[in-house]
Amino acid sequence: MKNFSLLSVRAGTLFFSPAAALVGAFVIVPFFWVIFVSFTNRTLLGKTALNPEFVGFDNYVALFNMETFFTRGQFGFSLILTIQFVLLSALIGQALLGMILAWLLQSTPKYVKVFSESAVIVAWILPEVVIGFAWFAFLDYDNGTLNMLTTALGLEPGDWLLDNPFWVIVFFNTWRGAAFSMMLFNSAFASLPPSYFQAADVAGATSFQKFKDIALPLIKGHVVTDLILITMWTFNVFTPFLLTQGGPSYRTELLSIYTYRVAFKDFEFGKGAAVGVVIMLINLAFALFYLRIAKQKHKGAE
Amino acid sequence: MSKLRSYALGLAAATALAGPAMATDVTITCRCVEGGVNSAAAVWLKTSVIPGFETMMKATGKDVNVIFKEFAGKDEQLTQQLALDFSTGAGADVSSFDGFLIPNFVDAGLLKPLEEVAGAEVNQWEGWSHISEGSKELMSYGGKAYGIALGTDSRMIFVRKDIFAQAGIDADTWQPTSWKDVLDAARTIKKAMPKSAPLQLNAGVSMGEATTMQGYWMAILGTGEGMLDENGKWIVSSQGILDTLNLYKTIYVDEKLGDKRAQLLGDGRNRTFANFRDGKTAMLVEGDWFYRSVTKPGAEFEVKDRDVNMTWKKMPAQEPGKGFRGQDFVTMSGGTGFVINPNSKAPKESWALLSYMNSKEQLDAFQAINPRVRIRDDVWIPNSDFLTETSQTLLPLTTARPNNAYYNKVSVAVQRMTEAVVSGEQTPEQAMAQYKSDVTAIVGEENTVSK
Repeated sequence: MKNFSLLSVRAGTLFFSPAAALVGAFVIVPFFWVIFVSFTNRTLLGKTALNPEFVGFDNYVALFNMETFFTRGQFGFSLILTIQFVLLSALIGQALLGMILAWLLQSTPKYVKVFSESAVIVAWILPEVVIGFAWFAFLDYDNGTLNMLTTALGLEPGDWLLDNPFWVIVFFNTWRGAAFSMMLFNSAFASLPPSYFQAADVAGATSFQKFKDIALPLIKGHVVTDLILITMWTFNVFTPFLLTQGGPSYRTELLSIYTYRVAFKDFEFGKGAAVGVVIMLINLAFALFYLRIAKQKHKGAE
Repeated sequence: MSKLRSYALGLAAATALAGPAMATDVTITCRCVEGGVNSAAAVWLKTSVIPGFETMMKATGKDVNVIFKEFAGKDEQLTQQLALDFSTGAGADVSSFDGFLIPNFVDAGLLKPLEEVAGAEVNQWEGWSHISEGSKELMSYGGKAYGIALGTDSRMIFVRKDIFAQAGIDADTWQPTSWKDVLDAARTIKKAMPKSAPLQLNAGVSMGEATTMQGYWMAILGTGEGMLDENGKWIVSSQGILDTLNLYKTIYVDEKLGDKRAQLLGDGRNRTFANFRDGKTAMLVEGDWFYRSVTKPGAEFEVKDRDVNMTWKKMPAQEPGKGFRGQDFVTMSGGTGFVINPNSKAPKESWALLSYMNSKEQLDAFQAINPRVRIRDDVWIPNSDFLTETSQTLLPLTTARPNNAYYNKVSVAVQRMTEAVVSGEQTPEQAMAQYKSDVTAIVGEENTVSK
């Protein structure tokens, strides 16, 4: 490809510099600051707030201390919980549900399609706080809608947020995010030439066969993109905090919530920064993987 | 360009016109909301303190404008807010503050002694001569005053007489002398009303310091121990801790005498109040704030016909004579008050406001809204049986939290330990082992002791 430019180097630099200054001040500097703080025992309260000491890798060693690693409320527990959360709510929940919805909507009348799409998208565009409160009200033990329904059906009311907090946030996140996958798959399906399916219809293929043998292989790239994106988002999601505050007894303390607690409730900046750095590395791995796939796809298209 | 300039000029003119040029703003905040939590304090500030202060300052030729911010969140959320505000140079000039946090904030440089913030005039305040040394201590650290307390408090068991009567116990003559007495009463009520949660002793992380003060301390003192031993070392493993955790286990896990959900959910403390109001809970261990503010007529958790239906009992030791210092009964005291933001841009005016709030005139006015025992000896003592009785019987028995910068963190470890037991996740032995490792990590092994 030939390089050409609309602007001179000087003008380009000039236009670029405000953005660079902002990114520098609010992304690059904090990035290195966090790495620096993670090697100290800095806190917000107490003696170590004024006179933090350099502690080397102590914070990291403490995070990966195998004696307490798997205890609830510790880093390892949150890490494993987050992986389970991503697998169940993003990869199985959102992607699968989105895929099923998108496929079913291909062959439904237009008004059903429009209605279902709107309903799913509403779940996606509402502000987090509103959603959190609505779900909290829905699941409340004493006056919640869900328990009104179950008791009306003659079933025992469930104490959802206390007894099954993990499944609640899995279900919540599935509901919340399925719209994105659905829309992405929808447009992917829409881009496929109808003639493929007409030919398959003539041959007498079932809907599942069409899906498995025609649609899915053709939108493979979209699927991979979708999976990586929702994995990254779900890995960093904080909204379940609005439902459970990470509790009871840390049973829903995802990594993002764990970081928040360590840094901004316990005020242990050093340790919190160390967790932040580890999360940053994990996200970096995701991002590199994503970029690599995107590049391959690009090459394939050429 | 000239357009921009005219905008800027207009803006400057508008700002200049918006307020009198010389007015100084002083912001005050507290965890109080009119019609909500600590409503009386909000009403007092709005109707008495602020108008009176502004008038007084005007009379001395100063134009001071007081801005009042009502904070509706939990105590822990206010602490979080203040810590972040003070560390970034933001926040209200005068703020309500729980005295036990002072060492931690001071060590971190987030609070400065009053005389350092507002100058030597602090020491010339007429009020100091009317405040006892003990009351000054509530908001002091290392011999220096960081704020002025509103008063001290004490803790006890609040009892619903009507529920006791329904279970066939005469609450007037009932005074438990051991944990067993308390548990037996709860068992009797539970038998009569299987759906009730007769006994509530605070536990869990979400209630924060309320768990440590009203729950854990009230139990551990009954075993004869405190959180520190006589040499100032933190007790991390002992029979007393184990007995306390087993008490929790009996109440919440084994016999389900208490409402465990109220201890585990985010809005738990209000749930315990509601349970008491609704008669679901017959015995609640709480501070006198619960009587003065939470259940008083007109409040959200008002107990109907309170004088008839509600009474209070001293918290017994595990067994008679087994309590802290060999006492039969135990209680805890703390103190909240107001501090001045070390970054205040109007420190003189802030001190003027703080001292004005604590003038005899203003505290007298507060008494009319919400009577309690005030820290000034020249403020009238309200004619209330509850206040006279509790202060006479409980204050001689009371214990204060260690004035120690590690306390706040250890307190959180206590809350986790109780939550682990109450939720049934850990046995008392496991929870204590976890506590030991948590506290050792906080204070260092050389400052801990196992008994």
